[in-house]
Amino acid sequence: MANHSPAAEHAHDESLHPTWTTYWKIAVILTVITAVEVSAYYIPAWENSWVYVPSMLIMSAVKFYIVVMYYMHLKYDHKLFRSLFTGPLLVAGLTLVGLLFLFSKLVLRLGLLS
Amino acid sequence: MTATTIPTTAAHDDGHAHGGGGHHTSLGLDNRKVAIWTFIGSECMLFASLISTYLIYKGRSPAGPYPHEAWTSPTTGEVFPAILNIPVTSASTFVLLMSSLAMVLALAAVQNKDVPKHTTWERILGSSKTWLWATCLLGIGFLGCQAYEFTSFIHEGLTMRTNLFGSSFFTLTGFHGAHVTAGVVWLFTLLAIDYKRGLRPSDALMVDICALYWHFVDVVWIVIFTLIYLIK
Repeated sequence: MANHSPAAEHAHDESLHPTWTTYWKIAVILTVITAVEVSAYYIPAWENSWVYVPSMLIMSAVKFYIVVMYYMHLKYDHKLFRSLFTGPLLVAGLTLVGLLFLFSKLVLRLGLLS
Repeated sequence: MTATTIPTTAAHDDGHAHGGGGHHTSLGLDNRKVAIWTFIGSECMLFASLISTYLIYKGRSPAGPYPHEAWTSPTTGEVFPAILNIPVTSASTFVLLMSSLAMVLALAAVQNKDVPKHTTWERILGSSKTWLWATCLLGIGFLGCQAYEFTSFIHEGLTMRTNLFGSSFFTLTGFHGAHVTAGVVWLFTLLAIDYKRGLRPSDALMVDICALYWHFVDVVWIVIFTLIYLIK
């Protein structure tokens, strides 16, 4: 059976931590995604198309994921920390979506209300 | 500087308690790190409620100025342009992203303090003071951009009491700015400790907790920037 003691997990975690190079690469990726987002805002063909909002949300989510996983080290940290963050984040996301439905914002956007 | 595996064996910044003043939880985790993650979780819900409020009120202001569209006052005939300044906000977003990089390098510098540095360049890049100062200055730069934005909005006729957009916008971004300010103060306390007695690898968890808060402030801005500024 696999050893899941804190000491063993600790040793496992250390071997996987990012390097200085990784941190710089992540910064470049974040900058490029931000540049694409801002460029999209100024490109009428993209900005007026139906893919604009989903693409913006996806790019934002990717940036969010990268910062949380690599800069906040959640990828390498104890599972409890992941639960402490993702649990409330899920509640927060559901609250946001629920409120937008409650006040008809999403209903109108999705064409569910005439 | 060569790529260095982070952290060193002395750092223990993954939350497992190994001395340094923290108390052990039953999982062997440091209670301070459990506390900061719990706090960050609660902050997620705070900002979700503020963002929800903004989105619910979006487009429901009977009078301008508006974020993305020009507006002509029916009484005075005055024309108000779209009020959001995307170039300035894009620059401040970049500044905040770079502050996160500086913060993570500050943490790495503290963790690797005991690693010998042979050249001046390595000593500068491996100095926690360098990166803590960089993070502080970038944070102040972000706050400066926000102060400029708020001032220009007020000059253009948008205050908290003007319309629903003004109320929800200033509340949301103001709360975020207050968090950044608290983060800058926290960073200055770390700098003060660093100048007084030097931050050692055994202090890595203390820096890591501040870094977690700082990165959280950054990820909140990533969401705000997209939802408020870029999506019309």
